[in-house]
Amino acid sequence: MDELIKILTEMHPEIDFFNHNELIEQCILDSFDIVALVAEINDVFDVRIPPLEIIPENFNSAAALYELIIKLRGE
Amino acid sequence: MFFTSVNFGLFIACLLIGYYTIFRKFQWQLLLIGSFFFYAFSGFSNLIYISVTICSTWFASRQISRLRLKQKQFVEKNHDLSKEDKKAYKATVNKRQKMWLAFCLLFNFAILAVVKYTDFVIRNTNMITDTGFEPVNFLLPMGISFYTFQTMGYIIDVYRGAEDEPNIFKLGLFTSFFPQLIQGPISRFGDLKKTLFSQHKFSFEVFQSGLARVVWGFFKKLVVADRMMIVLRALVATPGEYTGVYVIFTVLFYAIALYADFTGGIDITIGIARMLGITVKENFNRPFYATSTADYWRRWHITMGTWFKDYLFYPISASRPMLRFFKWSKMILGEKLGKRIPIYVSTMILWFATGLWHGAEWHFIVWGLANGIVIVISEELKPLYAMFHKRFSVGDRVWYHGFQVFRTFWLMSLIRTLDVYANVRHTFRMYWSVLTDFGWDRFLHKGFSGLGIDYVEYIVVSISIFVMITVGFFHYNKKIEFLSLKPDYRCVLITLLVFAIIIFGVYGYGFDSQQFIYNQF
Repeated sequence: MDELIKILTEMHPEIDFFNHNELIEQCILDSFDIVALVAEINDVFDVRIPPLEIIPENFNSAAALYELIIKLRGE
Repeated sequence: MFFTSVNFGLFIACLLIGYYTIFRKFQWQLLLIGSFFFYAFSGFSNLIYISVTICSTWFASRQISRLRLKQKQFVEKNHDLSKEDKKAYKATVNKRQKMWLAFCLLFNFAILAVVKYTDFVIRNTNMITDTGFEPVNFLLPMGISFYTFQTMGYIIDVYRGAEDEPNIFKLGLFTSFFPQLIQGPISRFGDLKKTLFSQHKFSFEVFQSGLARVVWGFFKKLVVADRMMIVLRALVATPGEYTGVYVIFTVLFYAIALYADFTGGIDITIGIARMLGITVKENFNRPFYATSTADYWRRWHITMGTWFKDYLFYPISASRPMLRFFKWSKMILGEKLGKRIPIYVSTMILWFATGLWHGAEWHFIVWGLANGIVIVISEELKPLYAMFHKRFSVGDRVWYHGFQVFRTFWLMSLIRTLDVYANVRHTFRMYWSVLTDFGWDRFLHKGFSGLGIDYVEYIVVSISIFVMITVGFFHYNKKIEFLSLKPDYRCVLITLLVFAIIIFGVYGYGFDSQQFIYNQF
């Protein structure tokens, strides 16, 4: 989780990613951020997020995104 | 049969009467027949194209669904299988599902490509190789880009796990639903199915609010857009005469005309759907209040933007080759720039496709690429903007916000002017004339006379634009919503708008007010 928070904080240092859960609804993460995240997660966690998982629910909070990474790792 | 024709008025009146009376138990079936009837007016042969798309999409979606069910049953039946065996079986099934998806996508995009782009390829081949192949002149089926994208979105969703529609006729209605067939919005099956197939009781309030939205759309189209188009046609017809300062007015007038035309068409679509009790997604959110190009594209033609984002931009960016490219780029170009380059490549592919979707002409492709370049440059300038904001603390000042809106409006309008002159080289020549031959004296001498409308009409159109922008602002701010206005006020509003259209609208013999600009896409 700490590694994911580090990636997110590098993108938006002003956001508290531990507590924010409306990252998409509040337009904090835009489509450029999302694809950068997908690539970075693939690089750091060796997990490929398929396009069908690129939905607001999975990117609205760091916790949801981390849960997705864990799920994909298990598959 | 166009929205602005008398035939359409008669068609919609008959349909509404039947919809809420004798066919109230068969509403979606009536809409399907009505949609095909409406579409047949654009050319009987067009029905073949849309039917082929419906049948092929339905068949492929059924196969994908059947395979999913088969896999589920297999896993349930063989619960003692090892994880690896389950995984291997899943991979086999997924491969076959992917095959059906690929078949459906290739088949339908091939139809679109052949009818829309064959002549473009022939023309360019002739130009490059100095050959003389004859153009085929396919008749482009009305709304083919819209319904193809809508159905291809559906099949991708089914492949990704969404429930498919077993009833081919229901899928047929989703594809051919007449209010949105010719210029969108591009709907998702999941969003539309509940409202489209359920039974709707007549509600005077909902019906009246839909009617108000329709009349408002006609006001924008017939009073503003069509009158502005008369001026624009004159400005473009003799381009040698209207250089310099007139190019600036062409840019401004086209921005307003296209806004009035396209949003007017969408208002009519949403209004008709609402009269039928059906909710269709909004396609605009005050685009001229955008503060950046990216922001503009989140507000203009929203359903097309989200389609390209979800079905092209994300899949390309998350594809294995692109992820490999990301790693390579980071290694070669370093952490910061290396991370951005693959995203910019995806962005340029996205905008190339968006331009191509709009039409088989170079000016559309250049328009798309220009949007991509502006977005990439804006991204690159972000640190500079951040430094500027930190140094001068102007980020939350009203005047700075106004400057951002002004800058975005003119930038987007300038790029869009490629559509007016419909020739890339000529458009850039016209831009150049603003710098080299401004012609202020010529403008002071001639003004706007001789452009097809008189000064009284300029006043009418100016007031109408003011009304349009003001209502647009409050409408999308939810301060004025046609649905939430009291019925009496709405009745007054409808009456006033109808009078305004009758008195000030551009219609009747000699005017071609039937075509919406977005019909051509």
